[in-house]
Amino acid sequence: MQADKWLQPRDNGLYCVAADCYIDPTAPVNRALITHGHADHAIGGHHSVVATAPTIAIMRTRYGEDMAQTVEALDYGHTIELGDPDDPVSCTFYPAGHILGSAQILLSYRGTRVVISGDYKRQPDPTCPPFTAIDCDVFITEATFALPVFKHPPIEQECEKLLQSLALFPERCHLVGVYALGKCQRMILGLRALGYNQPIYLHGAQRRLCDLYEEHGIRLGQLIDVAEVADKSELAGEIVLAPPSALSDRWSRSLPEVRKAMASGWMQIRARAHQRQVELPLIVSDHCDWQALLDTIDEVSPGEVWITHGREDALLHQLTTQGVKARALSLIGYDEDATD
Amino acid sequence: MEAFSQLLQQLYFTSSNNEKSRLLRHYLAHTADPDRGWAIAALAGTLKFEFFKRNAVKNLMLERVDPDLFAMSYDYVGEMSETVAHLWPDATTSIELPGLAELIDQFRQANREQVKSLLVHYLSGMTAEQRWSLLKLGTRGLRVGLSARSVKRILAEYGDVPVSEIETLWHALKPPYRELFDWLEGRAEKPDIAGAVTFHPVMLSHPLPEDKATQLSVEDWQVEYKYDGIRVQLVITEQGKALYSRTGDDISESFPDVLAGIEEPGVIDGELLVINNGKIESFNALQQRLNRKKPSKKLIAERPAGIVVYDLLTDNDEDITPLPLSIRRLRLEHWLSRASADHLLLSPVLSVSANAQLQKTYADAAQDTGVEGLMLKRKDSSYQPGRPSGQWYKWKREALHLDAVVMYAQRGHGKRSSFYSDFTFGVWQDDTLLPIGKAYSGFTDEELKKLDNWVRRNAVGRFGPVREVRKELVVEVAFDAIHPSTRHKSGVALRFPRFHRIRWDKPASEADTLANARALIIE
Repeated sequence: MQADKWLQPRDNGLYCVAADCYIDPTAPVNRALITHGHADHAIGGHHSVVATAPTIAIMRTRYGEDMAQTVEALDYGHTIELGDPDDPVSCTFYPAGHILGSAQILLSYRGTRVVISGDYKRQPDPTCPPFTAIDCDVFITEATFALPVFKHPPIEQECEKLLQSLALFPERCHLVGVYALGKCQRMILGLRALGYNQPIYLHGAQRRLCDLYEEHGIRLGQLIDVAEVADKSELAGEIVLAPPSALSDRWSRSLPEVRKAMASGWMQIRARAHQRQVELPLIVSDHCDWQALLDTIDEVSPGEVWITHGREDALLHQLTTQGVKARALSLIGYDEDATD
Repeated sequence: MEAFSQLLQQLYFTSSNNEKSRLLRHYLAHTADPDRGWAIAALAGTLKFEFFKRNAVKNLMLERVDPDLFAMSYDYVGEMSETVAHLWPDATTSIELPGLAELIDQFRQANREQVKSLLVHYLSGMTAEQRWSLLKLGTRGLRVGLSARSVKRILAEYGDVPVSEIETLWHALKPPYRELFDWLEGRAEKPDIAGAVTFHPVMLSHPLPEDKATQLSVEDWQVEYKYDGIRVQLVITEQGKALYSRTGDDISESFPDVLAGIEEPGVIDGELLVINNGKIESFNALQQRLNRKKPSKKLIAERPAGIVVYDLLTDNDEDITPLPLSIRRLRLEHWLSRASADHLLLSPVLSVSANAQLQKTYADAAQDTGVEGLMLKRKDSSYQPGRPSGQWYKWKREALHLDAVVMYAQRGHGKRSSFYSDFTFGVWQDDTLLPIGKAYSGFTDEELKKLDNWVRRNAVGRFGPVREVRKELVVEVAFDAIHPSTRHKSGVALRFPRFHRIRWDKPASEADTLANARALIIE
């Protein structure tokens, strides 16, 4: 059965008619399938939630143990049936390579296969298994960085930049703006991979999720809360990770000679870096750049591509030019700025 | 070229001036001639030619990318060089990049067709950052937050010489500045620039201390008006002529009418103003000329610029700065009669024979549009660059004041980047507030903290970096003058607005009205 008959964009997100459930709904609903734990995809207050175990753990950390009435953890590669038992929608999760617990969701109904990829990337990430291409009729993709200007360098190169700056400015506290979930831990591992074994300091907002990653067996090395450092002058020449909003906040005033850095895919654009008065822009993204989006669509080679949030105009134009059948869903409420 | 590009990236993202200085000095110490001299030229804006046109760059790009994707990308990035830098296909094999001097030379020697293939060759072999640097360099659009003045200051720090010496030499030297570096690094004497058309560092005044006015023995002082224009220096030698701003920027191109018809050699200190048939117009009239890098004939005819001259540094080719002001004044009068130019007016010496008369002259000066107070100069003062004490005083007329309501706030820069420190304020027209100006000074650090706190608690809206606040806080703003203005919705513009007092006590409804503000305009 044609996909758009049973899977449709609604005000609260993508809705599966045949299974009576939403995928990543932006308001509380009866039944939600969640691709990953970023706050614009996973909110609290749904009646029932299906997600990977790490995503459930992330949601509980953020919204409390009672974040939903019923919760079902689904492992990658396992299938459950949803909706009418006599006419079911089968649902399988596959890795998306975006952050810990992130999944693509394959929904299959009356012989039509749709992959909702959520947010995904193709660069290696030690905190989650890599994206796998799943054969499907409809591939639903994000388009956060869907302009040919976006090219994401390897994370080693950007971490190296940070370490070089640390060597050049040893008296300055390097305050790096990172999103607390995913980016923070990936940066830490990127630095560790280059042999940086010093303690890394954390803004209070980063702590719980780092602990959660540790609980999932991801070793982040020694992390110290800034709040526990009595003499802040000791932070000269150290790396402090904080949410982007704290970069210009009063909080940063107690740190010695702050050198502001920010790790985000948006940092490739000078005006974006200037806007935040960032001195050291680090281009680190948990999304695909333009070429990775095109390569992925080519690899998946679906019958049709649906484009969710981001710069859908450019991707739609490119796919149409290539002769790939594509449409933009214009889902609203996904705040790509906050999460990359 | 790699090192230069890296320097640009670092400078671009660094906000502290000390840090910028450190970065540039490090580059100078580790880069050979002539590359570093060309880097200085590019940064200080003395690289006077374009390698290629923006449009040529765009056309080359469009041969390599879908025009719709280009348009969408440009729309998103908002800037041509950066868009092209990111969009240009990355190299499959890297190429050897020449040094900066060699690169500049290649572009300078190339004809139009060769320029294209050179550009393609380099863009294809460069990283995105290097492409951005080349495109900015080649279109003379290089802005990395470093003024020409800062470059000179950093060169002075590099060679441990006074910045005034760099400024004296600056306009007589040409890129790649080998003789400058030879001197700065102690391998040669200071370059000889006798007879060259070059800026001479100016002498500055101190504000007149409050109790001083009544204590002066007026017979020792030359009293003149303090004009409300911009300080300039006119330099005429056998080799040519130029007009400089007080910071040494060559502004000849913007004021061809000032230079026209003067051939008499000399270095003249004076005030640039709009002078219409011998009548000095307000700063507001001059503002329209200052905004134009290359004024139209029409604008020149409507707002002809001239100089009120008040000092002479070089008479013919004789340096007369060691002579006392009283003598320089006589030499100036003679020079002016030889120069015989209608648009040069002599700044009159005001006759003041008693202290009480000085007070009255000061009071009268406040009523004149082209004047913002008095200058008091010791008759025996030699002309000393910088701000020597006890020699020259400025006695500005009293500031004007208005009670205005804070409407918007924005974060500051550098040290103040975590504080809301830039404020837009307005006055009432009926029951609407109209913004009349912006201020970011006049408060203490303690007050800044309180203001910052107030903004955070009273923000009601956000427009990008600008926060709208509750219309509840009254500040008494001080400013030097108020002019009619068509550029502002309120129809008025303030000169040098700053905070005078924060009126935490005063209700917003009791702030001033636009009519009150208009009443302060001197017609």
